[in-house]
Amino acid sequence: MVVIAYLLLRMHNLFAVVMMSGIYSLLAAVLYVIMDAVDVAFTEAAVGAGISTVLMLGTLALTSRRDKERTGNKPIPILIVTITGLLLIYGTLDMPPYGDPTAPIHHHVGRYYIDNSGEQVGPPNIVTSVLASYRGYDTLGEVTVIFTAAIGVMALIGRSRKRKKKLKTN
Amino acid sequence: MLTKTSILRVVSKLLIPPIMLFALYVQFHGDFGPGGGFQAGVIFASAFILYALIFGVDNARKVAPAWLTRLMLAAGLLLFAGVGVFTMFLGGDYLDYSMLSKDPHAGQHLGINIIEFGVGTTVAGAMITIFLIFDGRLRAEKKD
Repeated sequence: MVVIAYLLLRMHNLFAVVMMSGIYSLLAAVLYVIMDAVDVAFTEAAVGAGISTVLMLGTLALTSRRDKERTGNKPIPILIVTITGLLLIYGTLDMPPYGDPTAPIHHHVGRYYIDNSGEQVGPPNIVTSVLASYRGYDTLGEVTVIFTAAIGVMALIGRSRKRKKKLKTN
Repeated sequence: MLTKTSILRVVSKLLIPPIMLFALYVQFHGDFGPGGGFQAGVIFASAFILYALIFGVDNARKVAPAWLTRLMLAAGLLLFAGVGVFTMFLGGDYLDYSMLSKDPHAGQHLGINIIEFGVGTTVAGAMITIFLIFDGRLRAEKKD
């Protein structure tokens, strides 16, 4: 994954960059499967590696295949990114090790969902009952976000044909 | 479009029905296995986009005209929000599916299935709409 992320930064052919980001998403999905988050992996593979690659290719067809050549390396952005990255890594040092049963995340609502989901909601897949029932408002919000995104795309580039016709008739 | 490549045509003809069937499986089996409305919607849309890429967007537009995908986009969200309002009329909280049936478990199950269907409809509608708009824009640019 690190190699692909580095290649993504260095390449100038945007077509290859889109393909690489698809591969990156697929590798991320594999990582999620290894961490037993099957639902997340499924979403990552379908959305990240599938649909967004197609949409990116569509965007490329509308714009250009190559990005602008940059002149030289600028020190300040690299410095900021390195410092932020180091700070984030420093922050993870305090976190409990992966899979630690005594980690705080397993003792808050997670415990409650695991204990009560079968009795209160029913479906054997706890992820579904959390998503749809316990966190129904959040899911409703997410669907609204997708709806808004589609409306936004429509408003931005969907109506252009009519507008151009109007310009021509004027 | 790639209409002259017969291998692609044959393979995609074979693949599209199973992809759609798999989307429905993911949609309605999400409460037992991994998956749900989001994934199902995306998979369904990808089957449609594959069809559009191989057989041409004009044919795809005949299958799903713009008004249909836009209707799907809005109907799914309305279905989700409508279930919430409906449970309020039945005397529960907003999105309290236990009200949908006498048995709270059956009610939850029904409610989850309905809202997941709404999610799937909206996601599929959104993805297909965005794809078709991109194509429409591309043609508009080519004409100029």
